[in-house]
This record gives sequence, C-alpha cells and structure tokens, in this order.
Amino acid sequence: MDVLILSRLQFAFTVTFHYLYPPLSIGLGLLLVIVEGLWLKTRNPVYHQMAHFWTKVFALTFAIGVATGLVMEFEFGTNWATYSRYVGDVFGSALAAEGIFAFFLESGFLAILLFGWNKVGPKLHFFATCMVALGAHFSAVWIVVANSWMQTPAGYHIVGEGMTARAEITDFWAMVFNPSSMDRLAHTLAGCWQAGAWLMISVGAFYLIRRKHKEFALRSVKIGLIVAMAAGLFTALSGHSSAQGVAKNQPAKLAAFEGHWNTEPDAPLFLMGWVDTKTETTRGISLPGMLSWLAYGDTKASVTGLHDIPADERPPINFSFQLFHIMVAVGSALLVLAAWGLWAWRRGTLAESPLLLWLLTLGVLGPQIANQAGWWAAEVGRQPWIVYKLLRTSDALSKVVTANQVVASMVMFMTVYALLFAVFIFLLNSKIQHGPDDEDLIDPYEKLSQGFKAKKGDAS
Amino acid sequence: MSYGHLDLNTVWFVIVGVLFTGYVILDGFDLGVGVLHLFAVHKDDDRRILLNAIGPVWDGNEVWLVTGGGALFAAFPAVYATVFSGFYIAFMALLCALIFRAVAIEFRSKHPSKLWRRFWDFSFAGGSLFSSLLIGVAMGNLAWGVPVAADGEFAGSFIGLLHPYALLMGVTTVALFAMHGAIYLVMKTEGEVQARIERWVNPLIIAFILCYALTTLATLLYVPHITEAFRREPWFFVLVIPLILAIANIPREISRKKPFSAFLSSCFSMVGLMAVFGLGMYPNLVYSLPNPENSLTAFNSASSQKTLGVMLTIALIGVPVVIAYTASIYYIFRGKVKLHKTSY
Repeated sequence: MDVLILSRLQFAFTVTFHYLYPPLSIGLGLLLVIVEGLWLKTRNPVYHQMAHFWTKVFALTFAIGVATGLVMEFEFGTNWATYSRYVGDVFGSALAAEGIFAFFLESGFLAILLFGWNKVGPKLHFFATCMVALGAHFSAVWIVVANSWMQTPAGYHIVGEGMTARAEITDFWAMVFNPSSMDRLAHTLAGCWQAGAWLMISVGAFYLIRRKHKEFALRSVKIGLIVAMAAGLFTALSGHSSAQGVAKNQPAKLAAFEGHWNTEPDAPLFLMGWVDTKTETTRGISLPGMLSWLAYGDTKASVTGLHDIPADERPPINFSFQLFHIMVAVGSALLVLAAWGLWAWRRGTLAESPLLLWLLTLGVLGPQIANQAGWWAAEVGRQPWIVYKLLRTSDALSKVVTANQVVASMVMFMTVYALLFAVFIFLLNSKIQHGPDDEDLIDPYEKLSQGFKAKKGDAS
Repeated sequence: MSYGHLDLNTVWFVIVGVLFTGYVILDGFDLGVGVLHLFAVHKDDDRRILLNAIGPVWDGNEVWLVTGGGALFAAFPAVYATVFSGFYIAFMALLCALIFRAVAIEFRSKHPSKLWRRFWDFSFAGGSLFSSLLIGVAMGNLAWGVPVAADGEFAGSFIGLLHPYALLMGVTTVALFAMHGAIYLVMKTEGEVQARIERWVNPLIIAFILCYALTTLATLLYVPHITEAFRREPWFFVLVIPLILAIANIPREISRKKPFSAFLSSCFSMVGLMAVFGLGMYPNLVYSLPNPENSLTAFNSASSQKTLGVMLTIALIGVPVVIAYTASIYYIFRGKVKLHKTSY
C-alpha cells in the first residue's frame, strides 16, 4: 500500500479512537455541572454521591482523551507536513487558541474537581467543575472552527504558487465565523451532550434492571433523559441548518450524502438505500421532493446532482451515503427512545418495563455510533479535498515519510490503543459493578472532611 | 490589533521558547518523579505517594507541550512540518512513551492486584525515562544541526539522529529531570519516604553537573555555530553567570534543608539552560548541517505578520490568565502529600 492510503488509515484510526472520549468528557462535564448545582441547591446527599461517581468516570475518559489527543496534534506534522505548511498560518492560530483557552482551563481546574473535595469549599469546587466543563466546550470550539475552515475556507488569501503556495489569514474573524463553523459547532456539541447523557441513562437503567442503588439510578436516568431529549432536538435542528449550509457551500458532499445524480427540482430524500456508481443510480425508500424542501424550503428548488460535479472532484459516493444515513437513523432512534423513556417516567412506569430498561442501557452505543458516522460522513464527503477546493488530500502528505515508517507507527498505535480500550472497558465495568459509594451521601454544608472516614471494603 | 514596528518574528521565537521552557520546568519534575518511581521507593503506599505528589498537576503541565506544539505550528509552520515529519519514528516513540506515562498515572491504583500495579509502575517509569531521553535527543539534534534540503525538507535518517552529541544531551536531560523530580519530591513528602528520596538527591546533582560539564565542553569543541553566537555577543555571558550560580545553589539549599529554595534554584537553572540554548540558536529554529544556508529561521519559516499579530493578542489575553489560575492551583495543593479517598 502507498503512503497516502496508509496515512489516511492511520489518521482515521487514531482520530476515531480519540473521538470516543472527548464527547464523553464534554457531555459528562455538562452533567457534572447540573448534578453538583442540584446538590448545592437542594442539599440532597444523593446528588453528591452522583457527582462523586461521575467525576471518577469523567477522570477515566479525560485521561485517555488527553493521551490520544496529543497524538492528533503531532500527526498533522508527522504525516501531513505539506498540509501543515499550507494551512499553518490559518489553522495554527485556532490550535494555539485551543491550547491557551481550553486545555489549560480544563486540566488546571480538573485538579480541584478530582482532588479538591476536601481542599476547597463546596462553592469553589462547583466553580472548578464549571471551569472544567467550559474548558471542555472551548476545546470543541477551536477544533471545530479549524475543521470547518477546511470545509468552507474564508478570510484567507493564497500566497505563492505551485508547491510553495499557502493560505494566509486576511480576516481572523471571517476565518473563525466561516460559513459552516457555527452550525457544525452546535451540531457537534449537541452530539457530545447526548454521549454524556446516554452514558448516565445507561448506567442508571442497568442498576434499575439489577434492582440496585435505586434512588441513584432513577435520578441518573431522569436527568439523563431530560438532557438527551433536549440535546437530541437541538441535534436535529442544528443538523438541518448544517445540511442547508452543505447544500449551498459543498454541493458535491450533499449530492453524495443523498446519492443525487441529476440536477433537478423535486429532489427525493432517502430514508435508506444503496448507490450503484456503475449505473449511476440510487435505489431505496425515498420521500419525493423532501431533499429540495429540506435544503431550500421549497420542493420546486433545484438540487445540484453528481452529474454536474467533475468526476475527479466527487467523494466516495455510496460510502458517504451510508455513513450519513446511519447517523440520521441512529440519531432519530435515540430521540424516539428518549421520548419513550420520558413518557414512561410521566406515567410512573420507568422502572418497570424490562424492554425499555434494556433499550435504555444499550442506548449508550447510539451517540457513539452517530457521532463517529457523522464525522466520517463530514470528512469522507469532503474528499478528494483536504481543504475544500484548495488542496487535495493526495498533495498534503509528508514528502519524507515512507510507507514502512507509517506501517510501523500503525502497528504501534493499534497495539497500544487495543490495550487502552481493554483497560478502559475493564475499569469502567468495575466502577459500574462497584456502584456509587454510600459514604458519599453527604450534605454540602456539613464538614466535608467527615465524609472521608476510613474506606469500608475494597475498591474492586 | 497592530503592533507597529515590533519584530513579531523574534517575539514569537521567544514565546515558543518560553512555552517549551514552561514545559521542561513543569513536566520536567513529573518525568523526573517517573524516572525515580521504580528505584527510589518499593512499598505500594510509598509509590502512591509519589504518584499523588504530581497527581493534581501533571495533566496541566503536559498542556504546556500541547500549547508549545500548537504555537510552533501556528507561528512557524515550516519548522513544525519539517521537524515532525523528519523525526517521524522518534516522535512516534515519544508519543507512545507519553501515552503510557499518562494512562499509567490514572490507571495504576484503580485495581488492587499486584501484577496490575507492577505493569503500570513499569509503564509509568519506562514512559517517563524514555520521554525524557527523547526530548533531550531532539534538543541535541536541533543544537548540533540536522540535514535540511534546499526545499526545507528534512534530508537525514532516523539512525543519523542518534549521534553521540544528541545521546549525551539525552542523558543530561534524564539526569536533569531526575534531579528536578527528586528535589520536588523532597519538598512534597515527609518521614520515611522523604528520607529515601533525600539519599538520591546529591548523587543526581553530581550526575547532572558532570553531564552538563561534558555537554558544554562538547558544544565548545564541536558545535561551532553556538560557540560563534557567544563569541559575537560576549554579553550573553551575563546570563551564564547566574545560571552557574543557580546550579551551584541547589546542593547548598539541600544541605540547609530548604527543599523549596532548592526547587526554585533548579527551576531557575532550567530557565537559564533554555535561555542559553535559545541565544545560541537564534535566529535558527532548525540549524542545517552541512548546508547552513538551508536553515529554518524565525524569519524564513514564519507565518504572516497578520497571524503573528493575531496570535500575540491571543497570547497576551490568555497567558496571564493561565499563569494566574495555575499559580492558585499550585497554592491550593501546597504542602505535603497525604493519601486519602480520592487519591490515585
């Protein structure tokens, strides 16, 4: 295999693995703020117990997120040196801002969140929790801005020609608020909130099935369901707005997402289907006119088809189509499931239906699948460009890196990440089996150190 | 924002230097603690004390590397691209070491089994030792010079990076970090653990001073472009004198039982070492050997003036805030380490 394929595989593998964790950190960050805020407001000790339990899970996801995130930052330089030279002027400032504004905030206050329970008062601790959550959200801001610039470049000009050409910033704010950044940021964050919320729901529902930690479990499921529902609706709205942006700014990507061949009005929206690129047809279940209506608010609006995109500027069509439809289908299913859960809660039957509880437990996989499929769709749909219409992925490689070197690093990453994943699942499972600690049931204004008596039983 | 006639390229040369100096000072003691982890203490609770001495802060310390890397990417993309792709295998090995170091801290005490803890102890110590060595080797190569082609691409090989001068710099860095970490631990521990660590301090100081003397001699003899910088600007020696005094002050403070002052001296020595390194290198970020005209400098490899200006604004807003809350967090976690429920 050549360096291009290998480097793309390595990037896909490392970023996919990395992206299992930041959504959990961002989502759990928000939930920790909610839970700890409720603890301060209601003084109900169960919220303190929840905050402690979820803080430990947060720490676990955060550690792997940081370790695998460092890889991403280095990989731009190691494998994509030409790209780094090309976009450094634009992309670099977003990355530097991410370090200064997001990572320092997150990791600094994480110290207080994890180890500061008996060092600072409850209010200062709550402040630290808010800062960690804010830092996690900021980190999404800058990286999504940078990625959105690769989708819809703005606020730049090209300097130099041929191999020495590169993009330079002309307007910093136009770069930050490029046409797709705000929609994509909203959509990404909403997906992250769902990842956190569904983890909380899943663990709570599992305890309900096992009839353990009932109060902890019910409150986890309820808070999780509210956040999942709100974030789910927000995901749908921001996704719609994002797709309208894609229709306008990246017609090739939208055409691939929907397997849309001819530029024509009354374009259909596929619920599921298969694109045959040989015969240039798309088969499946579709709603006529809906794509035109969703993209432009009018069934008579014309949507650009793949026939009007030069063949060497088309992304992999069926692959993009399937990724996009997996994201939409899973996202919709999660909304339905959250609605079912909320309805059962209203009727007071939340803890009774085993089917519902099992579905809620498995729900944790949903946001992970949808988040990954969505990012894959966004990145595959932009091909063959690494920076849309400016730089091709095939021109972006490091010139001095050989296939053997990439194979070596691939093997290294696969081994290390397999180990990390196994350890993560093992520790998460033992944390869940162990359950929340009853000694964490404390009121915010009683002397906190009383909560730290000698530990009963073992940590396993 | 406009910065008038300010030489933004030089300003960013300094800022990138400051960020990496912050990294070596802060993560330096974390890595040093890791280097000592297997050798200095053996009981499980003692090892936990070592881990928890850096527990609340190592994460934030590593962010200095992330930010330094980000700043290098933003300010000098050509350097970032050439160094990271050129040192491919070395950087991948560094990543592997840093990953193991990071997750070992988080995972080690999460399970009581002996084998589990031993595995993560080895990961933590091995990851720390290897990271320190590689950081030193990378610095050594930048000082010595690496082959750069006319188009700015790296033109050497991985094996070529492992020459004696770079390896010497690697060993010196390990000694420096281990010394720095030991002093930090003396400051953060008490009783028997402290007594055990104290036995390591003086041998490590001696090891570092020997390595440093050897590196200096080798630099004077074999790295003419750095010697030349000092010959051209003799006032650079104004910096070397306090550096020597700071290093000499470390054993003095240790024998006076003042670990905090010793730690400050050690930090100050690292600032001095990085400053001397920066002055010797300026304006080169990557010195090209054998063709110095291909060197990547703060001027031929920088981003546009516009970007350097925007980023200076970001840095001027962000860095003081970062320093303020980092200092308060160190203040909150001051004093000796004690194990309790939320510890690693």
